[in-house]
Amino acid sequence: MSSSAALAQGVQNVMSTGEATSFWVLGPLALLGALGMIFAKNAVHSALFLVLTMLCLGIMYMVQQAPFLGFVQIIVYTGAIMMLFLFVLMLVGRDSSDSVVEVLRGQRLAATVLGVGLAALVVTAISRALTDVTPVGLQGQEANGGNGNVENIGRSIFTDWLFPFELTSALLITAAVGAMVLGYVDRHTRGRKTQRELVEARFRGEHDRPSPLPGPGVFATSTSVATPALLPDGSVAPESLSRLIDSVAAEELHEERKAVAGTSHTAEGRALNPSTREGESS
Amino acid sequence: MTRAELLADDPLWLILIKVVIVLLIGPVMTIFLIIWERKAIGRMQQRPGPNRVGPGGYLQSVADAIKLPFKEQIIPAGADRKVYFLAPIITVIPAIMAFSVMPIGPEVSIFGERTVLQLVDLPVGVLVVLACSSLGIYGIVLAGWSSGSPYPLLGGLRSAAQMISYEIAMGLSIVGVVLYAQSLSTGDIVGAQQTGWFFFLLPFSFVIYLISMVGETNRAPFDLPEAESELVGGFHTEYSSMKFALFFLAEYVNMVIVSAFATTLFLGGYMAPWPISLIGDNYFNSGWWPVLWFFGKTFLLLFCFIWVRATLPRFRYDQFMRIGWKVLVPLNLIWIVLIAGLRAIRGEAEVSTGQILTFGGIIVLIIIGLSFVFDRGRPEEDPDQVPVTGSGYPVPPLDLEIPTAPKRKAVRGRNRRRPATVGAGSEGRTDAEKESNDGDL
Repeated sequence: MSSSAALAQGVQNVMSTGEATSFWVLGPLALLGALGMIFAKNAVHSALFLVLTMLCLGIMYMVQQAPFLGFVQIIVYTGAIMMLFLFVLMLVGRDSSDSVVEVLRGQRLAATVLGVGLAALVVTAISRALTDVTPVGLQGQEANGGNGNVENIGRSIFTDWLFPFELTSALLITAAVGAMVLGYVDRHTRGRKTQRELVEARFRGEHDRPSPLPGPGVFATSTSVATPALLPDGSVAPESLSRLIDSVAAEELHEERKAVAGTSHTAEGRALNPSTREGESS
Repeated sequence: MTRAELLADDPLWLILIKVVIVLLIGPVMTIFLIIWERKAIGRMQQRPGPNRVGPGGYLQSVADAIKLPFKEQIIPAGADRKVYFLAPIITVIPAIMAFSVMPIGPEVSIFGERTVLQLVDLPVGVLVVLACSSLGIYGIVLAGWSSGSPYPLLGGLRSAAQMISYEIAMGLSIVGVVLYAQSLSTGDIVGAQQTGWFFFLLPFSFVIYLISMVGETNRAPFDLPEAESELVGGFHTEYSSMKFALFFLAEYVNMVIVSAFATTLFLGGYMAPWPISLIGDNYFNSGWWPVLWFFGKTFLLLFCFIWVRATLPRFRYDQFMRIGWKVLVPLNLIWIVLIAGLRAIRGEAEVSTGQILTFGGIIVLIIIGLSFVFDRGRPEEDPDQVPVTGSGYPVPPLDLEIPTAPKRKAVRGRNRRRPATVGAGSEGRTDAEKESNDGDL
């Protein structure tokens, strides 16, 4: 135990070789991640660069004798929060580009002002930390006022800083609940109906037809969805042709459709109507 | 000397040996697990399983492991090549790393050097395992995304949601253990189980951990990210050759990790099980014996994985998420409040177990009484109510009397027609008779 106490004393202003090496490896990596996050074109790549930066920070905390903070950084930030970011980005789709239309008015100005303010805040905090605060070693059982690093964190969170801690968690819960409420409100205001409401509206005549559109003519003569369905009188059901496939296959199907409808000179229509062929052969 | 101090004294060669062993445990166990799983499931399904390569077919997975890297690598045209390449690596590395904090044995002597069978004993060892599993998800999610086709993307999305939710349940069930052991270091947690293993001190945490560890490793019945019947192969649909092998490796190494972690947290780690621990003043808990107990318990849990896979059908996705969020997490929170309260009461005052049980019983009775007081009763059943389906459409009553069918006239009609076909001769006659017989039947 005396050795760790000595370590805690000796840590004041000395940086060990291992610490220096890890800093010069991790520092550029973290910076690279931060720059990559800003300049990457793909949103998912951006998120991955941010993950790299967060991982580097987590490992730096560990090197600085704060393993608890380091692993919590990895679990919470890289593990949970960035994963949620990725989740959303993946749902948005890989090829979607940013919209250049400004939805919020004056957001660039506000962002500049707030960004400068944040930068000033960070610089002040860092300069204070560099000049006024004397560093204390975190390693060992008696470090930083006894009981070791993890116990000290727990003690200060649940005794001295209990109220801010609870306040933060309340803030997070409020945000989560708010997001859910907004999500549910959105569904009603935009008029997305439930299945039941949709059925009732259909039968009230608010839509073109109460039933779904007829399927394609995928029967014994064809397995293609581009084949038109036939009405009982042998004519083509126009609604059975997909709008998507129309643009591709409508021209190719033109002859067949005419044939089936009986408006062309060929006798190909029988190919789609097996009963006529049977009648002829017997 | 404590475990951490013993480990800090390790010379470099010993650390290197341990690193190599920790690195190899995962792949070697994977090769064994695959053939073991196939054999065990074969036996449960009354078929031999693989029986061609080697004695009894037990070299099959070695052959597969040699074959896989030599297969052709296919990278889909729509893939994001860099991320596609990185994803399997990101999956494997954390999985193998997590084994470094598992305490495999107590103090032993290796070539005259006293040490403990563990690579590192961090004061936050438990968090290392959690961090590694949360990083491993990235590989799966990115694999799904970078493949550039819908099935893998769906698999990746599912696994992201699934692993985050089950990691919460898993982390909460570990909280109970940490409360009892009063330490986050894996070595100390095993040490704290000298007086009693945590699986019967914290049965609830243990059960929830077991469920969530299956969810966390994407294994049946929770293998939704790679559900064959729904998503082809899930996140690894587009992967082949060595990259696919790495996903396979990661899945099995993760199984080993969570099983070893469960052993460490709940099953007394490397300590000898009860009847054996009585022999010769706990002789079997010293030297190299504990390695046997550690891996024995781990394999027991791994067998449960295989057994569950052979027995249970796959969950539906929404049901699975509902279990995670609406059952496991709330129950776990209640349980944590309960044990934290118990520990606080015990720590504050001299309270006997009898007093705790008495007061606990009184509180439970009060809660039951309150639930009776505030019970609004069942809504009264309307006897004339027409039973409806979920969508509100009327369905026929269960005691519906089906009117009897009218006498069949079709058969008689066919008989009447028979004389007309008789003229074709004796053969035609027998045919017609057959037909009429068919009709009578």
